[in-house]
Amino acid sequence: MVASLSRTKSTAPPPGELLFSGNDWDFQTIRRIHDACEAVAGPELGLSWYPNQIEIITAEQMLDAYASIGMPLFYKHWSFGKHFAQQEASYRRGLMGLAYEIVINSDPCISYVMEENTATMQTLVIAHAAFGHNHFFKNNYLFRQWTDAEGILDYLDFAKSYIARCEERYGHQAVEQVLDAAHALMSQGVHRYPRKKRPDLASEQRREREREEHGEQIYNDLWRTLPAKAGAQKGDPALERRKALLELPQENILYFLEKVAPRLRPWQREILRIVRLVAQYFYPQRQTKVMNEGCATYCHYRIMNALSQKGQLSEAAYLEFLTSHTNVIRQPNFDDRSFGGHNPYALGFAMMQDIARIVENPTTEDRDWFPDIAGRGDPMGVLRDCWENYRDESFIAQFLSPKLMRDMRLFHVVDDPDEPEMRVQAIHDERGYRKMRRSFARQYDVAWLDPDIEVVDVDLEGDRRLILHHKALNRITLQKEDARRVLQHLADLWGYDAVLKEVDPATGAVLVEHAASARPIFF
Amino acid sequence: MHIVDRRLNPGGKSLPNRQRFLRRVKDVAQRAVRESAREKDIKDLGKDGRITVPGDGVREPRFSRQPGTGHQDYILPGNKTYVEGDRIERPPGGGSGGGAGEGGDGGENGEDAFQFVLTREEFLDLFLEDLELPDLAKRRLAVVETESLRRAGYTVSGSPANLALSRTLRNSMSRRIALKRPKLEEVAAVEAEIAAAEAANDPRLPDLQLQLHGLRERSKRIPYVDPIDLRFRRFEPYPRPIAQAVMFCLMDVSGSMTEHMKDLAKRFYILLHIFLTRRYKHVEIVFIRHTDRAAEVDEETFFGSRETGGTLVSSALVEMKRVITERYSPDDWNIYAAQASDGDNVSSDGPTSTELLRAHILPACQHFAYLEVGDENGPRAGFVEHRTTLWRTYEALAKAGEPLAMRKVNHRRDIYPVFRELFGRKDARAEA
Repeated sequence: MVASLSRTKSTAPPPGELLFSGNDWDFQTIRRIHDACEAVAGPELGLSWYPNQIEIITAEQMLDAYASIGMPLFYKHWSFGKHFAQQEASYRRGLMGLAYEIVINSDPCISYVMEENTATMQTLVIAHAAFGHNHFFKNNYLFRQWTDAEGILDYLDFAKSYIARCEERYGHQAVEQVLDAAHALMSQGVHRYPRKKRPDLASEQRREREREEHGEQIYNDLWRTLPAKAGAQKGDPALERRKALLELPQENILYFLEKVAPRLRPWQREILRIVRLVAQYFYPQRQTKVMNEGCATYCHYRIMNALSQKGQLSEAAYLEFLTSHTNVIRQPNFDDRSFGGHNPYALGFAMMQDIARIVENPTTEDRDWFPDIAGRGDPMGVLRDCWENYRDESFIAQFLSPKLMRDMRLFHVVDDPDEPEMRVQAIHDERGYRKMRRSFARQYDVAWLDPDIEVVDVDLEGDRRLILHHKALNRITLQKEDARRVLQHLADLWGYDAVLKEVDPATGAVLVEHAASARPIFF
Repeated sequence: MHIVDRRLNPGGKSLPNRQRFLRRVKDVAQRAVRESAREKDIKDLGKDGRITVPGDGVREPRFSRQPGTGHQDYILPGNKTYVEGDRIERPPGGGSGGGAGEGGDGGENGEDAFQFVLTREEFLDLFLEDLELPDLAKRRLAVVETESLRRAGYTVSGSPANLALSRTLRNSMSRRIALKRPKLEEVAAVEAEIAAAEAANDPRLPDLQLQLHGLRERSKRIPYVDPIDLRFRRFEPYPRPIAQAVMFCLMDVSGSMTEHMKDLAKRFYILLHIFLTRRYKHVEIVFIRHTDRAAEVDEETFFGSRETGGTLVSSALVEMKRVITERYSPDDWNIYAAQASDGDNVSSDGPTSTELLRAHILPACQHFAYLEVGDENGPRAGFVEHRTTLWRTYEALAKAGEPLAMRKVNHRRDIYPVFRELFGRKDARAEA
């Protein structure tokens, strides 16, 4: 991996000279800070990043950005206004601090930094976002596979003006209804796996030929004489054909509606597509929260320390950095009043630190657990490889070490409603490490966390009813009221009835059934 | 690396989102706003626009698992004493594990009511929606004072400064095309041919020269721009409504007016003032109080100080007439008047007041409202409603078709409804 070193002449001061003193900063300071960070991030950490664009914004603009899920431009919808009102209220009442920065996965990579930040905070934020997150966005396989950093801003621009044009043309209400429905299905609007490419004719023919040849080679007349298995009749060919045509079962409901819903008009399909693509763009972020923050936090930690060692940060600034760094990676214990689940910054940073330790100073235990990386002696190389090729679930499953489990004193509690009490399933000991790590990793598996809902069939011959299944994992059913509302939206888009069956995947029994009929609002 | 300073970008980027949001909650928000107007001191109206709307209309449903049901796994940090196989009692209040926040509250009550803050502008917009000033259109035109110009298409004559160049050239071009005026290139082409012919001693030379002559003649006859092409921007004067108003507050301050009555009157005046300031750029207020004598006073004296004496309504009307003649010519000002009184008047004063109103005050006013304030307890049950002297005087006027609105108010909660009744949009009222 080659670091894209500064294209412009570096303005980083020579080592030993302070980057800034005091809290104030100007654009020159920001430039100096950026270049100094770059001098560490490139040669020392071997990061590679999209060109940076640092934008200074006010608190109000930060709130604006919050309301439109962090994007610099976004289409208009009442729900963003609602979130803005909510966040503004809690901000004004002092319940919520604002983030120091927001960073956008785009090329060039845009980092919004707040004007209130002190010079030290700006350094921290630039090291964190403009190098840490930026490197992760550029290199992680999920982002590379699913997002188009170069095109996203243009696409959002298109989306915004397209929806504005639709509003002019078809009225606010009509557009709002489509958006409402699409937003309700947003988390069911992502492709979780790359779709199969349609084979072209040549490769199809070649495959067919190979298959025939293979058949001829292994031909044995004996097979013909075997009696057919009782009851194993072929599936209904009409059903098979229908499912193949509609690409069923389909878990990307928005995609299905966009392509197949019989009564939608073209502009409505386009809006569904916009919402779907935005959801897809954000899908990698949900899967890499721990890694992304861990990567950024580890980078800013290394960069700040390097700057301090070079004498470019004053002691006061370094202390200020340490204070906010320790705040960021604070992880309260389960019995603490402020406990609210695992802090992704804390977990991510601890794991990165731990991996660096294993690579450099492994214990015997580490050598047993991580023979590939223990003692390899190139912590950044190993980390960059992790950042490139893992997501939260696989990363934890692979790299959470027994030592870290002991340090965090992790334990696993099972709450089974059939039992009178909760049970401690595993703790941080020899018997528990693997079991616990497996369950822990699973908690970061988005596909495991999101309800598994898919379109299974359409009653094309009958009343065109859309049939969906929810595989109720552990027999946990959907929240009734919300499910009813979302299904209503779904039926509206579909144009005919829709039914959602919640199925126990173990037995196939239907636990709950929801049904909705289309309201004539879209047609 | 680029640094962009976005701080000076125009703010309010999410304003359209907010408008969409408000539109969505409009009905409930409006109800909440009117509700709050009843509770709150009118002085603080719109200052703290915090309103609560039920979460139902602004809910964003998603498919999500029922929290706190089924088999749950928790991985928690900070174990101190537990070993494998320990049993832990469920913490009260649902299935959250060992105090874990991720267990949810186990309830299914959905989203709570949603609270947010309206700006004063938004608050007043909702508050005063579908109210309008009475007879505004008619009166406005009647009292036009200023005129301004606005664009009104094109004309064939005008001053050179108003020449509409593109329109003129468009006409010129279509005329040139229609009459086949030779183009410059054609002339140039023929000239070039002549030059070539001269050099080569071509026998076609005379023909060509004749052709060139014809072209030149034609160009001369068909001018590039003809007077017939000319178009000028036309402006027409239109009457501009007067954008200033004056509001007369008349109040009886004699001994019979209690604090409660004054409070009612004050509330009404404030509402009227808010309303007028929303409609006019410039609003002035004149306070006139009276017992048996009237005087123009400042606001503090108007509401604060006590007076004793008899009651002579006409004195206030005389004073108002004086102020109007001195300072507020009806030609320049939209005049609104609101009179509050408990209804007492010397009976001999009736004819005088009637005459003053009919001859001087009402013709000058856009709107004259009479508010009769009563006791908090209202007219006692069982009694026939007592009609006061002043009420009877004004009632006769109103029946005679004079533009005079009158209402009776006993309790502060009635103020806003009465106000809405007085200024409600006509069609809205017809529907109701």
